[in-house]
Amino acid sequence: MIEARNINKTFGDHHVLKDVSCIFEKGKTNLIIGQSGSGKTVLMKCLVGLFEVDSGMVAYDDRNFTTMNFEQRKTLRKEIGMLFQGGALFDSMNVEENVMFPLNMFTKELPGEKLERVNFVLKRVNLENVNKLMPSELSGGMRKRVAIARAIAMKPQYLFCDEPNSGLDPLTSGVIDHLIREITEEYEITTIVNTHDMNSVLSIGDSVAYIYKGQLWWKGDKETILHTDNAELNEFVFGTELTSRLKR
Amino acid sequence: MIKVFTTIGNYVLLMQKVFSRPQKGRIFWNQLMTEINSLGLESLGIVAFISAFMGAVVSIQTAYNITSPLIPMSMVGFTVRQSVILEFSPTVISLILAGKVGSRIASEIGTMRVTEQIDALEIMGVNSANYLIFPKIVASILINPVLIVFSMWMGILGGWVAMVATGLVSTNDFVQGIRIDFQGYTIFYAITKTIFFAFIISSVSGFYGYITRGGALEVGQASTKAVVFSSVIIILFNLVLTQLLLT
Repeated sequence: MIEARNINKTFGDHHVLKDVSCIFEKGKTNLIIGQSGSGKTVLMKCLVGLFEVDSGMVAYDDRNFTTMNFEQRKTLRKEIGMLFQGGALFDSMNVEENVMFPLNMFTKELPGEKLERVNFVLKRVNLENVNKLMPSELSGGMRKRVAIARAIAMKPQYLFCDEPNSGLDPLTSGVIDHLIREITEEYEITTIVNTHDMNSVLSIGDSVAYIYKGQLWWKGDKETILHTDNAELNEFVFGTELTSRLKR
Repeated sequence: MIKVFTTIGNYVLLMQKVFSRPQKGRIFWNQLMTEINSLGLESLGIVAFISAFMGAVVSIQTAYNITSPLIPMSMVGFTVRQSVILEFSPTVISLILAGKVGSRIASEIGTMRVTEQIDALEIMGVNSANYLIFPKIVASILINPVLIVFSMWMGILGGWVAMVATGLVSTNDFVQGIRIDFQGYTIFYAITKTIFFAFIISSVSGFYGYITRGGALEVGQASTKAVVFSSVIIILFNLVLTQLLLT
């Protein structure tokens, strides 16, 4: 479980996060949704410590992340996996080296054991025989899957996904969504997904937090989101031509 | 003025992160070898080309300007040796390397920053500044003196070839000039300057790459800033080090 309590974050005069409090439960796919510029990426970066919060607290299973020093955070981060928007694969390394990187860095496993783990996680994300390909040779969907494989290589307890479907076609997006959900349930981890894709919300949104102008505006799940009377959320959910037609 | 102090402060803070013990010795060693190859050995060609031609030009200029019969032609070899060892190789080649190596470091790290690869390292618990910049600094400090000594050889060789080819100075006179009043301290002086300049090139370029924010445009700007500021700092330190080491 990850808890965010009264988080505030300001950039210059711009108050991006305003007193955000939220609990992200273990074994569930927790979605953070909101319009572009609403502050959801900043919230995720505050949760993982890429941005320091101005005030408030972030706790990982009752361990206060905000007050941890560099070494303590380094230890905790071995339990965190993150999928970035563009994949963030290391350009100079091939697929195998990318996935093996955290194992090389933090474990004392033998080369054979590490390779076995790499092949296992690559197979888990439905990628085989791509070990020697460079990131530039992969499609967008494959990059995302390699990034997921790298994120789960160290058997994380917490998985963060920043807009995992951006730049992907609806079918590939569905594959990535289901992969995230399967991994969450299989390993019983706390997963937080940052998205504005309503398909993802309706298919994997065990818990959904709607961020509006830097505030937690609504919290529910994929069932209740379609029946809420929250005006701003309705505008977001039924804002597209497709969803508004479906509503009618 | 505040911006200058802020930048210096940020640079010092980054260097504190850079100069820490590498997390895995074997990974550091592999990176070091890669950087020695990409930052040093891949520069051998351009260093050889520029040094040889510059040595040739210095010798021809000197030979044509010696008009008095009271000045022996061995002065050509002496002048080539002194100018190559004291200034041309350590300073001018370092400026060339600031352009070639500095832009490479800044654009490589800057691209990693804007494509979130550095964030990915941080999330894994890796000290990204140490992982990315430290091997480049160590590699530069180790390989640049080798490049500079090589440049000295090539510069003097270029000067000799030019004299033999034009027939302006005989080999005997040229070699005699090279040997006149040679002081080993000048090599120490050149190597010391080179080590300082190598640190400046790699750390300043690493800094500008690391603090890049935005996209492709900002990576280009970071690369330009890395080259400009490395060059300016090299010129300033050249003056300071020359004063300190030769007085």
